Amino acid sequence: MPIPVRLRVNNIPRQQEVEPRVLLVHYLRDLLGLTGTHVGCETGICGACTVLVDGKAVKSCTMFAVQADGSDVTTIEGIATNGQLHPVQQGFWDCHGLQCGFCTPGMIMAAVHLLGENPSPNREQIAHGLRGNLCRCTGYSHIIDAVAQAAKSPVASGFSRTGSEVARG
Amino acid sequence: MADTNTMPYIGRRMKRVEDPRLIKGLGTYVDDIRLPGLIHAALVRSPHAHARVVRIETAAAKAIRGVIAVLTGADVNASCGAIPCAAAIPDLKAPRHTVLASDRVYFVGHPVAVVVAIDPYIARDAVDAIDVDYDPLPAVTNPEAAIKSGSPLTHPDLGTNVAYTHVMAGGADIDEAFRKADKVVKHRLYHQRLTPMPIEPRGVVASYQAGEQTLTLWTSTQVPHLLRTLLPAMIGVAENKLRIVAPEVGGGFGAKLNVYAEEALCAHLAMRLNAPVKWIESRRENAAVTTHGRDQIGEYEVAVKKDGTILGLKARTVADLGSYLQRLTPAVPTLTGLVLTGCYRIPAMKMEVVGVYTNKMATDAYRGAGRPEATYLIERLMDVVAHECGVDRVDLRLKHFPSPGEFPFATACGLVYDSGNYQGALMKARELVGWERLVADRDAARAAGRLSGIGVSTYVEICAMGPSKAMPAGGWEWGCVRMEISAKVTVITGVSPHGQGQETAFAQIVADRIGVPIEDVVVLHGDTNIAHYGRDTYGSRGTAVGGSAIVMCVDKIIAKAKRLAAHLFETTADHVEFERGIFRSPGVTTREIGWAELAGEAYVAKNLPPDLEPGLEASSFFEPQNFTFPFGTHICAVDVDRETGKVSITKYVAVDDCGPQINPLIVEGQVQGGIAQSIGQALYEQTVYDENGQLLTGEFMDYALPRAEDIPEYILGHTVTPSPVNPRGVKGVGEAGTIGATPAIANAVLDALEPLGIRHLDLPLTPERVWKAIQATATATAS
Repeated sequence: MPIPVRLRVNNIPRQQEVEPRVLLVHYLRDLLGLTGTHVGCETGICGACTVLVDGKAVKSCTMFAVQADGSDVTTIEGIATNGQLHPVQQGFWDCHGLQCGFCTPGMIMAAVHLLGENPSPNREQIAHGLRGNLCRCTGYSHIIDAVAQAAKSPVASGFSRTGSEVARG
Repeated sequence: MADTNTMPYIGRRMKRVEDPRLIKGLGTYVDDIRLPGLIHAALVRSPHAHARVVRIETAAAKAIRGVIAVLTGADVNASCGAIPCAAAIPDLKAPRHTVLASDRVYFVGHPVAVVVAIDPYIARDAVDAIDVDYDPLPAVTNPEAAIKSGSPLTHPDLGTNVAYTHVMAGGADIDEAFRKADKVVKHRLYHQRLTPMPIEPRGVVASYQAGEQTLTLWTSTQVPHLLRTLLPAMIGVAENKLRIVAPEVGGGFGAKLNVYAEEALCAHLAMRLNAPVKWIESRRENAAVTTHGRDQIGEYEVAVKKDGTILGLKARTVADLGSYLQRLTPAVPTLTGLVLTGCYRIPAMKMEVVGVYTNKMATDAYRGAGRPEATYLIERLMDVVAHECGVDRVDLRLKHFPSPGEFPFATACGLVYDSGNYQGALMKARELVGWERLVADRDAARAAGRLSGIGVSTYVEICAMGPSKAMPAGGWEWGCVRMEISAKVTVITGVSPHGQGQETAFAQIVADRIGVPIEDVVVLHGDTNIAHYGRDTYGSRGTAVGGSAIVMCVDKIIAKAKRLAAHLFETTADHVEFERGIFRSPGVTTREIGWAELAGEAYVAKNLPPDLEPGLEASSFFEPQNFTFPFGTHICAVDVDRETGKVSITKYVAVDDCGPQINPLIVEGQVQGGIAQSIGQALYEQTVYDENGQLLTGEFMDYALPRAEDIPEYILGHTVTPSPVNPRGVKGVGEAGTIGATPAIANAVLDALEPLGIRHLDLPLTPERVWKAIQATATATAS
């Protein structure tokens, strides 16, 4: 029996009737067409589906859409502001932090969350902070470079701490 | 892109043109494709490794609202052809590999029925509602036991579990080599089964256009062109009515170079049901039914003189093929035989490969495909020989390297290595790692009672696959370059990159050679309606083979443009000079013509010489005359925790020689990614089936991929030895890391354990395995 779900996704209010068993990731992908969030394992291990729910990194394959009712959700499509890449996106581009790109949106969202928690992490802390996200292509070194570069940007850390407040402004 | 506006582009660490769409979440992978009326397939799969299918009860599933069809092998197999194997192995015994199981299942995950529903959730409900009655049969799981008489049979109708026995021998007389030997060093190695685990599982969308009678198949594949060649016989759609699209592909590593049941099945369903059909693989399916890699058991004998001189190498490999032959299944173990002697002068070799059927998923290519197996065994053997002969392991390697002047170098395995400077790479790696200091540190650590080790691996591999005479489906590559009327450049390649960065690398090559800003170049690939022909991406062939076809195209365009320029200059083509996009004719005229003007003239075609066709487009097939043979040295230092068995990599140096680098940033990424997969193979990963053929490593919980925390900081270096076999001299780098690194890590761990008398451990060197070995020595000492 579908039940109503109201939330904000990338600052756009959404209201939809959703089957209770629909995962947040499928709600985002199939109902909203936000296909940047990927499904890699359906068990919460690979992290390809990572999004921010109220500023915190969440594996959207382990959360029902109805559980996100009332939340503020940010996906990979929502972190650039006014056409400007988020510093973490810029870091991934500059440092060749991606190859096939499939883990990348989740990895970027996890990094955004990480910088919200710790604005100036060292390499070890970055690696530790990304332990919930698997990449099979890059061997992680360039990903760590990317996050380290982003950490040097003044606006990188503000994002996840305040949810999508920054994006609104 | 501030860093991209100056030539030359080649050789620069340029960021990739692929990336903006991917970092914004705007890439289109198969699961992102939405079509009107799309319906969803899900498969019922066998929970048994070997069983007779007694009955499939589908009524309950069909009764579920939203279920469109439930079909079994009896419904589908007659009208959907068998899955092909493309390997040419003499006297190969092969079972018929139907799309769905018929009356028996042969591995866990073997599909027995397909459900199609309006929604993927409902499709899965229907899968759960199907009741299959199985009569379990004895499972064949141990390949060595499987070749003994009295073993149960994987395929009773074949009468044997042996798919083939293939002997490769070359160079000097092997028996003579062993007669002359002072010593025969014997060793047994198990190269474990691995699961490639691209982060994107496979997926297919099939759409049939009934009016045109054409079929479009989007699939997460490395080989759209090979699919277009091989699928027609299966699905009854002619090659020129079939369009295959590899959209963004989320990693392949060899696991996506196949023709899979689901590709043919979705094509069949789209036509049968007259609606577009999508199937997306779950992670559990990916672990169970997408091809695995490696799984070779080897017994090796090395004939040596007292001083360590190697006279010959004999190998007997038992390769666990799984239950079916996928596209290259039986060929992969034979690739091992091609580089068995590694980068060494070993005058005689003989290898016998026995390919064995077991009730498991098929093995096939996994990053490196055959070469990691060869490199792991020869590099372990070099350490074992050095130890047994009491010679230094680095000196032993140096002693057996051909010198740079000896290339092209013919090996006992029958290949001719194109170019090399193995000493140079080894010396550079020793310099980068600070060899003397590293050894002193290890010795000091040992003196203090710690377990510290250093591993060296010097490797050579086979890339740029390959000469057509050596490749079952041909090894050329096709390309097309078009200078548009607007002076923008469209490049179309027959290779199918999925992370390797050829949209950038080929744009660099073309922009430099044709003399336009890189922003004006677009590289297209992966759609057979655009890239009409190709041989796709595997075997580190993209830039070396595909890039060469592109270079040929550019040169044809420039040659044609010179003729047009000559006409406009009122001179002959041999008086026209071309540099950085400008045509001049010094001494004839001071006039300069750029591409904008020339392209306009070529397409408007009002003033062409009489024998010149309009347009500025060229296509080319590049046929490589040989493989390329990249090489390098990896050095790894480790500490082993005596209390836990945990291995920590404390230093890692890789010197790889892939010839001239188009984009060092991309090369670095390829090497780092490859080494990470080697770290997985050396320390964490193993695909495990139990004695009943149950898959115990069915997802990321049980199959341990390396994580960011498991990766050391690398020191990467390179030497540059161009290949003579293609115009840019490039060799290829996609698999180097997975080939060179595994033995370096294994050798380092065994060096660390050497003071305990531990001579060998099979991979992966998990804490449990290492700890048990340490405990066994402690027990032995105590008693």
